[in-house]
Amino acid sequence: MDFTLSDEQQMFADTARTLLGDTCTPDHWHKLMEQGAAFDAARWAQIVENGFAALLLPEAAGGMGLGELDFALIAIEAGYVALPEPLVESAGIGAPLLASLAPDHPALADPAAIIAVAPAINPVVANADIAAAIVIEKDGHAFLTTPDKVTLTPVESIDPFRRLFRIEWDAANATDLGPADWGLALDRAAVFAAAMAMGLAQRAVDLAVTYAKDRTQFGKPIGSYQAVKHHLASAQTAIEFARPMVFAAAAEVAHGDVQSRARASQAKIVALEAAEQAARASIQVHGAMGYSWEVDVHLFLKRALALKQSWGTPAFHTSRIATRVFSQPVGADQTFAREKQDA
Amino acid sequence: MNLTYTPEQDAFRAEVRAWLEAHVPTGKLEHFDASREGFEAHRAWEATLKSGDWGMVTWPKEYGGRGLDLIQWLIFEEEYYRAGAPGRVNQNGIFLLGPTLMEFGTHEQKQRFLPPMASGEEIWAQAWSEPQAGSDLAGVRATAVLEGDEYVLNGHKIWSSRAAFADWAFGLFRAPGSERHKDMSLIFFPLDAPGVTRNPIRKINGHVGFAEIFLDNVRVPAFNRLGDEGQGWHICMATAGFERGLMLRSPARFQEAAAALAALWQRRKNTCDPALEGAVVRAHVNAEAYALNIYQTASRLMAGAKIGAEASTNKIFWSEMDIHLHETALAILGAEAELVTPTGEHDWLDDYIFSLAGPIYAGSNEIQRNIIAERMLGLPR
Repeated sequence: MDFTLSDEQQMFADTARTLLGDTCTPDHWHKLMEQGAAFDAARWAQIVENGFAALLLPEAAGGMGLGELDFALIAIEAGYVALPEPLVESAGIGAPLLASLAPDHPALADPAAIIAVAPAINPVVANADIAAAIVIEKDGHAFLTTPDKVTLTPVESIDPFRRLFRIEWDAANATDLGPADWGLALDRAAVFAAAMAMGLAQRAVDLAVTYAKDRTQFGKPIGSYQAVKHHLASAQTAIEFARPMVFAAAAEVAHGDVQSRARASQAKIVALEAAEQAARASIQVHGAMGYSWEVDVHLFLKRALALKQSWGTPAFHTSRIATRVFSQPVGADQTFAREKQDA
Repeated sequence: MNLTYTPEQDAFRAEVRAWLEAHVPTGKLEHFDASREGFEAHRAWEATLKSGDWGMVTWPKEYGGRGLDLIQWLIFEEEYYRAGAPGRVNQNGIFLLGPTLMEFGTHEQKQRFLPPMASGEEIWAQAWSEPQAGSDLAGVRATAVLEGDEYVLNGHKIWSSRAAFADWAFGLFRAPGSERHKDMSLIFFPLDAPGVTRNPIRKINGHVGFAEIFLDNVRVPAFNRLGDEGQGWHICMATAGFERGLMLRSPARFQEAAAALAALWQRRKNTCDPALEGAVVRAHVNAEAYALNIYQTASRLMAGAKIGAEASTNKIFWSEMDIHLHETALAILGAEAELVTPTGEHDWLDDYIFSLAGPIYAGSNEIQRNIIAERMLGLPR
């Protein structure tokens, strides 16, 4: 039993923090928004070059063969910079799903290729137009297709950095890859959404702290007033208790049992709640500035709103936790228990 | 990260479970705050625990402990709450003063005070708060004056948990006329020493859970001062870290309560608002979030880290989750929630009342939020 991150994991996360922090600054956000764009090819190339897109792929497929916890640490950093590019969707969800079904697919050989995923649970699919492969769920099977063989209708998200499409497709123009582990794909998606939420939440708090130290009213920094402090302390508390849940959920995803599914659901719920709480606290602490487009806090609220309802709503995830609570032993000795069939 | 127990840890759990099954009293003891009889029954249980060498499992053997690590402590706590074993009447000693003594005490002080603490022969109360110094603890007025090799203690302490029946107290005193935070010392005194008067105070559940203490020229040896003279504030803050953080509120307590809540829901769900299921599930989620945070903290401490201001987030989290859990139970009980529970049944009502103390004691949650904002986030005072 050891709940610490390894030195390698921390170094890897530091590398991601530096790369994304340097290349995805407020100036970059503003530039993309002015252009009406949500994808920066140069930044994507750097992400790929550093191996982050191949992290979960098996070494046989040219990947790094690392695990979900390693990837979650990168996803936290992606959340911290409100990353527009589909690192999490493609490398965290799409690539390992495709690798499990068609390990020799050419899209896996190109580390820059984007693999879009259309699970039944989501009404829209991100970045489908620029994908080298689209994996669609139907009746438990995975169907493989490409943007030229489907009808994509762009839909606008409140998050300016989410590129979403409704998709119409015909099974005749897709390859049936057979039954797929959509449960595992959903668990990964939930855990990585939760990890991104940790980054979103911390950035929202950090922005508010910086502002509250600087902004003065009644002759003092507003951050010296308890009413302001307590908003941010509550948000930080929510972060501190969501983070270990995200780490544990990531470390346990591969079990694929009722406990690991419940843990992924717990992580998604508490992490997205923390992100929403932090973003709203940050807006409140920024006052009227927080309600303006000019201050960037809104980006973190919007991503949190989007991720909270994608990949399973809170109600969906609560029902998965209820299944675990009411079908398996609960209590103090059950924290790390695995599924019992005869429970 | 490895979230599985080793075979040794599994074997340890089995050993703890077997011992507790053989020794935990079958009937529920009267609460240690309810009467002298209840208090002494819990002291006797501490002696039973000690007879199996389970008094304080993480302490070094030479000081009456078992020399185990923090993961083993968590396993022990899980089994302890699972077995429904009695509450620890000496919690102020073993979970607060004990770790503080371990860090700041001399070898002689540890030898003198820790073994009888681990065995329950000496039960401790905390004597910090005063009528004019609650959240503003640095405002304490009680004085300690060194005369030869003795301290002379004077003052008025209040809200001292267990002090109605306990044997010893650890108090915060200052040199007369000294400034806030400065020249304060942590000094131990026997609660039956000449010059000590203690008046029990009833809690809102009717129990004499705490007392006020008057000290009138109470003389104790200078040996009873922990750390250097004037180091009292620093030591108190370290103790407060233990109080808010790892030791006092082990996750097992909340996990067992959440499991009992799930069972209560299963029994009564046909007679109450179906929407309450979400709150029952949430109580489980909260308890697991707390447990995972503590496993993470235990692992970090074992790897050499120290507890910092993040202990204040623990205090807020467990106290708020405890209230949520118990208000959910009362909502399930509905119109029966107000009925005083028959002896021997799960006392949701009394536990709810107790949960309301959580955001107050060990430093109010308002103070904790100030600490988080100032020391974790760096906001100005």
